[in-house]
Amino acid sequence: MVTAERIWEALAEIPDPELPAVSLVDLGVVREVEVERDRVRVSFTPTFLGCPAVEVMRTLMADRIRALGAQPEVEISPEGWSSDLITEDGRRKLRESGFAPPTGAAPATLVQIQTAVHRCPYCGSEDTRLENLFGPTPCRSIRYCNACRQPFEQFKTL
Amino acid sequence: MQVADTVHLPRGKAFVNPDVDLFLQLADDELMLGWRNSEWTGIAPFLEEDVAFSSIAQTEIGHARAWYELAAEELGTDADALAFDREPDEYRCSPFVELRLVPDWARTIARHWLYETADAIRIADLKASDDPSVAGLAEKIDREETYHRMHADMWAERLRDEPRFLAAVDDLWPYSLGMLRDSQREQLCERVGRDPVDAIERGEHTEDLRPLWEDMTMVRRSVPGATW
Repeated sequence: MVTAERIWEALAEIPDPELPAVSLVDLGVVREVEVERDRVRVSFTPTFLGCPAVEVMRTLMADRIRALGAQPEVEISPEGWSSDLITEDGRRKLRESGFAPPTGAAPATLVQIQTAVHRCPYCGSEDTRLENLFGPTPCRSIRYCNACRQPFEQFKTL
Repeated sequence: MQVADTVHLPRGKAFVNPDVDLFLQLADDELMLGWRNSEWTGIAPFLEEDVAFSSIAQTEIGHARAWYELAAEELGTDADALAFDREPDEYRCSPFVELRLVPDWARTIARHWLYETADAIRIADLKASDDPSVAGLAEKIDREETYHRMHADMWAERLRDEPRFLAAVDDLWPYSLGMLRDSQREQLCERVGRDPVDAIERGEHTEDLRPLWEDMTMVRRSVPGATW
């Protein structure tokens, strides 16, 4: 019989469809796993409501659970995602692949973003500037490192 | 995707269930505005804004989906059916979001700023709702909208002495008031620094809605009942 630990391990091997460097568990997208005999209920929350990868994530998780011989029920959690849910492991993997993990408290104004410390994931310099609040996916902004002259993607703090 | 039975709504007037009517107003506003924002994809005045408007469009449409899901639970249908299977006069969006403003950047920014300012007032009220699913969703949406507001405020600040922008705000002001309930309008006047005027109310649609609806539903209508 499959255990919750085994399911968490399996889900931790599923790469995020838009950021394959990190897993769904690293991103904090998987919120709850409940095992009842051969039925496994997983509740998850996309980073942003408009995330186009929701159905892909759902299918990947359901397939994985089925492969372990259990009956999946994958549903969206009523709780919102927050960038605080990204694990320490997830943050390290993000940095290693050139994405700056979220930093500081969720900002309310542009000034707060402009005055907060944002470190370049490539050279570690704090001499970086905001290029665009928006980026290739809703959860990322674009910044530029003045020290190593490299643009990079910054996870929004949400 | 599963096909749900089409639900027909009363045309041009409020739906009987006030909750459903509210969910549809919110969803329809966000869907239409998301569509209008997406019209800048590929043709914005510079690349950064191409990315910004496309991203904002995506999140607005995501919010629309979430409100449609709440309405769909009450109506026994699904979000896609509510978004795409209604006739144009069954939508409950405000005329403000229907206006096609491409390629006028000044008017686009004026609408963006007025919409986000009004939307913040509306979301704050929804966060205080007695219904936990409404309050929870509003909370989630509000965190995402913070980024839209920062972007809109930055542009309003940058263009605040630009005559074309100011003329556009004058022109669109009665529309933005019409997005909100009467009790919320005074707050909008304060935040925007303008006097109240006769609002362009929700209920009637503009000429711009039909062509938008035709584009938006074209693929879905091309094969009725298909599973995509």
